Amino acid sequence: MGATLRVGTRKGLFAFQRQADGQWQQAGEAEFLGDPVTMLLQDWRSGDQYAALNLGHFGVKLHRRAAAASQWTEIAAPQFPQAEGADGPSLQQLWELVPGGADQPGLLWAGTIPGGLFKSTDSGASWTLVESLWQRPERQNWFGGGYDQPGIHSICVHPQASNTLRLAVSCGGVWETTDGGDNWTQTGQGLRAAFLPPEQAYDPVSQDPHRMVCCAAAPQHLWIQHHNGIFRSTDGGHNWQEINSAGPSTFGFAVAVHPKDPATAWFVPAIKDERRVPVDDRLVVTRTRDGGASFEVLSAGLPNPPAYDLVYRHALDVDSSGKLLAFGSTTGNLWVSEDQGDHWQCLSNHLPPINVLRFD
Amino acid sequence: MARIHFTSHLQRYVDCPTREVEASTLGTALQSVFAHNQRLAGYIFDDQQQLRKNIAVFIDGRLLQDREQLSDPLRPDSDVYVLQALSGG
Repeated sequence: MGATLRVGTRKGLFAFQRQADGQWQQAGEAEFLGDPVTMLLQDWRSGDQYAALNLGHFGVKLHRRAAAASQWTEIAAPQFPQAEGADGPSLQQLWELVPGGADQPGLLWAGTIPGGLFKSTDSGASWTLVESLWQRPERQNWFGGGYDQPGIHSICVHPQASNTLRLAVSCGGVWETTDGGDNWTQTGQGLRAAFLPPEQAYDPVSQDPHRMVCCAAAPQHLWIQHHNGIFRSTDGGHNWQEINSAGPSTFGFAVAVHPKDPATAWFVPAIKDERRVPVDDRLVVTRTRDGGASFEVLSAGLPNPPAYDLVYRHALDVDSSGKLLAFGSTTGNLWVSEDQGDHWQCLSNHLPPINVLRFD
Repeated sequence: MARIHFTSHLQRYVDCPTREVEASTLGTALQSVFAHNQRLAGYIFDDQQQLRKNIAVFIDGRLLQDREQLSDPLRPDSDVYVLQALSGG
């Protein structure tokens, strides 16, 4: 395996490569050193790489490195149309970036804070806000979850029907289009928000899915790590079943699903709400292999208590084989597993806070 | 001609040397600079073409007054500094 893991942090982009002897080493120098990297994409269709930066004072920027190139080039970032008056939206964060289908070369989808979905048909040279979703009246009921404004952080493109997309919004629930974004349906029946008044607990638009992922080989099967727990769907996100027990906690931000086995998924649990540290100060990964009926608690190679690592929603990834896993924490620790989480090795204890990581 | 200076911090991201422009207001001065450097505009203005909230502009030693319309007047020999607010971490 010559795998490469790219890690976007609060202060730059770092790469780690698996060496012939099985050891992982940092590859090359940090890129964008000092700049917050909030999203990464390696487009499997073209080999092009993308990195989204949030420069704070100077706004959100997007860079692309073409497959054969050595240098990054700044390209257009999504931009909200100018509105009448002074209160129009401006891009705060690029929170998700995914390629379209195999039959849609050059097509990219981006999810943002505030909650916009943007489409590019020219590999990010230009972007268009998907007005059909932006203009939905229900969007007025979306609200911020962790940030002041709502945001789209998960976009699942159906691998065999690339005009079908499922989105997850914090906080705005789950949405689906089957015609490439012309029309949208709010889905997500069965998601439950215990943080709302009882009569609103199952209101689909009020849900806070922290992260939603789809099994590549079985795209009707999706998992959500929700603010309120873990949920699974086997019908494309229309209906969800709550998983009531999953090791130390069902709270967390990240979830990864095995690309070939929809019943296998991983989570990094934490104490919910205001603490947001591992339960009993003990960092573990939980894994189900039976669709959530049972969970294993995995800790071999992870630190002894106390550990206060929190894992953000895009900072857990599984590779296309389903064997390699990696996660990184807000305290700058990075681990990789080559056996689906049974054993972990630490690649660094000294990175900046980790926002996102992706296997090539 | 008024001189428009940009914080050296910006030079990391985009080429932005000091420019001399003929303009009677801050807004027209910035537009004149951006006409030759559109990428720079995205670092200074947000999606609504408003000054990004953590950008500060000083005109002849005085903080700008009109952040919305950028109507602050310039003299023919004004010095304008486009800076970022400081932050920690």
